[in-house]
Amino acid sequence: MKIIDALDVPYRTLNKLIDTVLLNNNEENIILKNIFGQRYIGRGLSYKNSLIQIYGTPGNDMASYMNGTKIEVFGNGQDAIGNTMNEGTVIIHGDCGDTIGYAMRGGSIYIKGNVGYRVGIHMKEYKNMKPVIVIGGKAGEFLGEYMAGGIIIVLGIDISKSEKIVGKFCGTGMHGGVIYIYENLEDYNFGKEVKKSEFNEKDVELLSKHIKFYEKAFSRNLEYLRIEKFSKYVAIGKNPYSNMYCNY
Amino acid sequence: MSLNFNTPLFEIIRDKNKCIQCKVCVRQCANEVHWYSSYENIVNSDNNKCVNCHRCVILCPTKAITIRKHRLEFRNNSNWTSNAIKEIQKQADTGGVLLSSMGNPNKLPIYWDKILLNASQVTNPSIDPLREPMETKVMIGRKPDKLKFNKQGDLITDMPPQIELNVPIMFSAMSYGSISKNAHEALARAATKLGICYNTGEGGLNKDFYKYGKNTIVQVASGRFGVYKDYLNAGVGIEIKIGQGAKPGIGGHLPGKKVGADVSVTRMIPIGSDAISPAPHHDIYSIEDLRQLIFALKETTNYSKPIFVKIAAVHNAAAIASGIVRAGADVVVVDGFRGGTGAAPTRVRDNVGIPIEFALASIDQRLREEGIRNSASLVISGSIRNSSDIVKAIALGADAVYIGSAALIAMGCHMCRSCSTGKCNWGIATQQYDLVKRLNPDIMYKRLVNLISAWNHEIQEMLGGMGINAVDSLRGNKLMLRGIDLNETELRILGIKYVGE
Repeated sequence: MKIIDALDVPYRTLNKLIDTVLLNNNEENIILKNIFGQRYIGRGLSYKNSLIQIYGTPGNDMASYMNGTKIEVFGNGQDAIGNTMNEGTVIIHGDCGDTIGYAMRGGSIYIKGNVGYRVGIHMKEYKNMKPVIVIGGKAGEFLGEYMAGGIIIVLGIDISKSEKIVGKFCGTGMHGGVIYIYENLEDYNFGKEVKKSEFNEKDVELLSKHIKFYEKAFSRNLEYLRIEKFSKYVAIGKNPYSNMYCNY
Repeated sequence: MSLNFNTPLFEIIRDKNKCIQCKVCVRQCANEVHWYSSYENIVNSDNNKCVNCHRCVILCPTKAITIRKHRLEFRNNSNWTSNAIKEIQKQADTGGVLLSSMGNPNKLPIYWDKILLNASQVTNPSIDPLREPMETKVMIGRKPDKLKFNKQGDLITDMPPQIELNVPIMFSAMSYGSISKNAHEALARAATKLGICYNTGEGGLNKDFYKYGKNTIVQVASGRFGVYKDYLNAGVGIEIKIGQGAKPGIGGHLPGKKVGADVSVTRMIPIGSDAISPAPHHDIYSIEDLRQLIFALKETTNYSKPIFVKIAAVHNAAAIASGIVRAGADVVVVDGFRGGTGAAPTRVRDNVGIPIEFALASIDQRLREEGIRNSASLVISGSIRNSSDIVKAIALGADAVYIGSAALIAMGCHMCRSCSTGKCNWGIATQQYDLVKRLNPDIMYKRLVNLISAWNHEIQEMLGGMGINAVDSLRGNKLMLRGIDLNETELRILGIKYVGE
């Protein structure tokens, strides 16, 4: 376990330092202390057995293009975590900003609290890669916009009755993937490309698996959550705009 | 069946004396224009389906086929032209958004043709490039403000990454999906042979083409298709696509039917799924956000590659370009309103954006005024048709140009403008296996090499005529240009004098 004090270390130096540590020892775990907004931590990292623990608030684009490493943040995250991520795990013990998991293709992101706008935008899936975003609290508008694959789960833990579990325009432009929300919402909350879908055994299995992971990661007992209270939303079709054009 | 008002655009004329009923035309036409009637032993054709791609004309062994503009005309009307009428009929028929392919075909001024070049007479000797050295090599990338040397005279300034081009020409972004694998292979091999670069477009990169990495620019657009670490590191540069001249302000959409097994692999999406590129990058709403993406890419590739940012030429292009340079881009790419496309909404293609000549001149001027012209290279595109367009572009301030349509024409494109149907008879804009294999990369890459080599000679001739022996000495040298048939505003923006001045 290598400890790096990141106080006053600019992101370029810090990321280079992380590269060097991981390069010298494939299995190394790293603890980053005093992180104050340094960007791009974990960008493109492919060390599948390494864990980076972050204390503080990492900056935007954390885990962008990440290819396998595990990152755990003891604090809040900022915007665009897991941007175009391929593989790996991100665990955030706090809230996050906008566009989490933009164009994410694989791996998983667990967020203890709430997230901002356009989370899971243009998430994809490909062959065995199926990205997952689990949001403990609530999500802002345009959750899962243009979603083309993968899984988004919103648990709605600890939100007050006056707060909405997801914002407006959820799943606008969705043409793949699935969104589970711990509330049965009216259609008007969703984009016109989205429909409510029936639950089956596999959904129960999947939700239980991710809820268990959440419970363990954030030391939280969620036995009171009832799987049947979740509702499931999917894309109406994978070619939403195929009849829109005429060739001239 | 409801009434269909469509009338043919073209007329197929078959010389019955020459036709030997060999059925080559029947087999060659993916639009199923021709058919053989065994009862009559003649080949017939349906004018309505013809797109005028010349495939049958060229492959007919007896040259029995001619295609003409159809003689059927509407009553003469300068306002309600036949195009205007037909577009309405099409939309009334389908309820669809009009979709067109290739660049804006409308009669709008082409400013390259209103600019004339200079040559030396008496006062400055012209140079004969066949017998004297002539440099057409250019370096693309950010240039430092100052160079520092140590006492031994060695350069000690940390040079930002550069891309060396033997000719100031690159093949512009055309995705695998919009064009075929064989077309990509021809472009990649030609770029390698010529010592220039081709651009993957937003369609990922086929595993077979990683070996051409030294001559590859990879593109990152809003859909992030096929973008992952290995892809980012595969080429010598990365281009962030913000916009495209043919469709400024809107995204892209590869219909699911074109996402077959191979395209699915390079784009890293399931077979048959629509590939939708959103209009904006949703992580870029400002210059500061653009900086974030530029540096995310630099971080991921260890600052080893120049980052290009491509925009469409729009009204405020100069101010936007300044922002792009300040955001840390190494190359600014500007695509003019005549730029080509596999498919764009017709109204957008024909009415949005500005001519590249003006965008180029104003961007170059703005970056010079702000003292940051050296901070980025300037690459332009949007209908470069020949080598003199390139010479004029460089004199207006460009470092290099991208060509798309011209490269496709070299590979057999006949500008029938039907790319979006996916039935390209020349094997270029199609994913249909039987059509793709018609394009032989072994032959087509040589045609591309021929074209660029010929243009390179022509560029050298024109440079030599001006008494200049390096492309670098022509860049932004507006004294070599004069305008004709231009008004004062046009001359002012272009920064050139009128002929005779």
